[in-house]
Amino acid sequence: MELIMEQFPIVVRALNVGFVQTLKLFFITLIGACPLGLVIAFGSMSRFGPLSFISKIFVWIIRGTPLMIQLLIIYYFPGLVLHKPIWGGGEGGRFLAASVSFIVNYACYFSEIYRGGIQGVPVGQEEAGLVLGMTRSQIFFKVTLLQMIKRVVPPMSNEIITLVKDTSLARIIALQEIIWAGQAFMKGSQGISGAIWPMFFTAVYYLICNGILTLLLGKLEKKLDYFQ
Amino acid sequence: MSILEVEHICKTFEDTEVLKDISFSLEKGQVVSIIGSSGSGKTTLLRCLNFLERPDKGVIRVNGEVLFDAADVFTGQEAEIRKKRLHFGLVFQSFNLFPQYTALGNVMLAKELQAKERPDYKEKKKEIHEEIQAQAEALLDQMGLSDRKGNYPHQLSGGQCQRVAIARALALQPDILCFDEPTSALDPELTGEVLRVIKSLADQKTTMIIVTHEMAFARDVADQVIFMDDGYILEQGDPMQVFENPREERTRQFLMRFTQREKGGVSKRR
Ligand SMILES: Nc1ncnc2c1ncn2[C@@H]1O[C@H](COP(=O)(O)OP(=O)(O)O)[C@@H](O)[C@H]1O
Ligand SMILES: [Mg+2]
Repeated sequence: MELIMEQFPIVVRALNVGFVQTLKLFFITLIGACPLGLVIAFGSMSRFGPLSFISKIFVWIIRGTPLMIQLLIIYYFPGLVLHKPIWGGGEGGRFLAASVSFIVNYACYFSEIYRGGIQGVPVGQEEAGLVLGMTRSQIFFKVTLLQMIKRVVPPMSNEIITLVKDTSLARIIALQEIIWAGQAFMKGSQGISGAIWPMFFTAVYYLICNGILTLLLGKLEKKLDYFQ
Repeated sequence: MSILEVEHICKTFEDTEVLKDISFSLEKGQVVSIIGSSGSGKTTLLRCLNFLERPDKGVIRVNGEVLFDAADVFTGQEAEIRKKRLHFGLVFQSFNLFPQYTALGNVMLAKELQAKERPDYKEKKKEIHEEIQAQAEALLDQMGLSDRKGNYPHQLSGGQCQRVAIARALALQPDILCFDEPTSALDPELTGEVLRVIKSLADQKTTMIIVTHEMAFARDVADQVIFMDDGYILEQGDPMQVFENPREERTRQFLMRFTQREKGGVSKRR
């Protein structure tokens, strides 16, 4: 116990650094996947057959395979198979590869949620707007958008909570996120070696982060409770 | 001159011919009831009048102005249609109120959006808004919803929702107000309040086209009854004649089914 108390400040400092990388990956994934998901959703709802087909196949492949495999393929494939290491070496390259993998993967999940949200709004809503002489953009912004958001928030909340935990998968390409930082103390780092508790302690970070997110997303959901 | 003239409207979906040569006219201040069995094309006809469907053939004229002519592509353009639509109002079977707006908000929304296109909107924002709100409140009062203005649709009964929907349609002062089975989605005890409101509009000489399965009401409210069957207008005339002395055998059969049902105590249809 005393030993842990002694190690604690050193470990926390290292974990904080790893957690910043975790958070960076988390936010960049959200920023990229939210709009890209919308593009894919529109693609799969397109009346142009080939576009809709390609979008649906793409979503099926991405959702049907583990994110970990996608990470490995995206990171290693260009260098090892094509002999064109586009990611460059070092932490920057790993972060870029991880970001691309996460954005693509999450965009596919988001696109399905968006599609459900968009198609879940009854056509009668648009027709009522049309009959009242509203333009299509007025109908979208004043009538259907908020109803879509209301439908999309609960499943998106689930995905966002999952994303926080999924960032740990980036460990597989040695991205220096929080798990990596915790693991370093097993092998030996900054005079501490064979310590397994830092790894376990990373869970606290995830818990606190998800606790805050659950609270915020719950608030948003509550805000949209005034109508049905 | 008739306020509405519909000539030779035809509409086909994929390979089902739903409307096969529909022609009728309507005078200002008159009410026409459209009756007919399910699938005869009543909804499709109202949707054509409101430009939710595009007829394959035919002409629609309001106050002598050609609003739609299938032979003239210009009358079918989106930007044109938006203005022409405003000659008509449509009350849906399933209300289609906007759930995120209060009763008052539902009635005001379209009018407010229209006002934003006015050149003097910026200067007179406040007056315009107050005027629209006063008009909407008056309409809700008229519908007997004075104490429900601030409620959201999910807080209202079906009958109240439908009355809000009627006020919403009236707010744009359409020349012709269409109803597509306005009471079919309501519990039987709530149909009365909606029918009374529609009746009072008829008494104020509102020009209306009412598709309904409420036969007693159709007869009571209408100046003219149209019986539709399989995409055709099989019979039309004044209510007394159509209900008491139908010329066509099919009309007679249809009315028989209904009187039996009403006698049997099941007048409600979903
Ligand atoms: N969008 C559509 N696509 C294909 N068929 C349709 C469509 N709308 C209506 N129909 C068909 O047209 C016929 C008439 O429908 P409708 O106008 O709703 O009749 P009613 O209102 O008299 O019950 C029905 O057979 C229906 O299946
Ligand atoms: Mg119908």
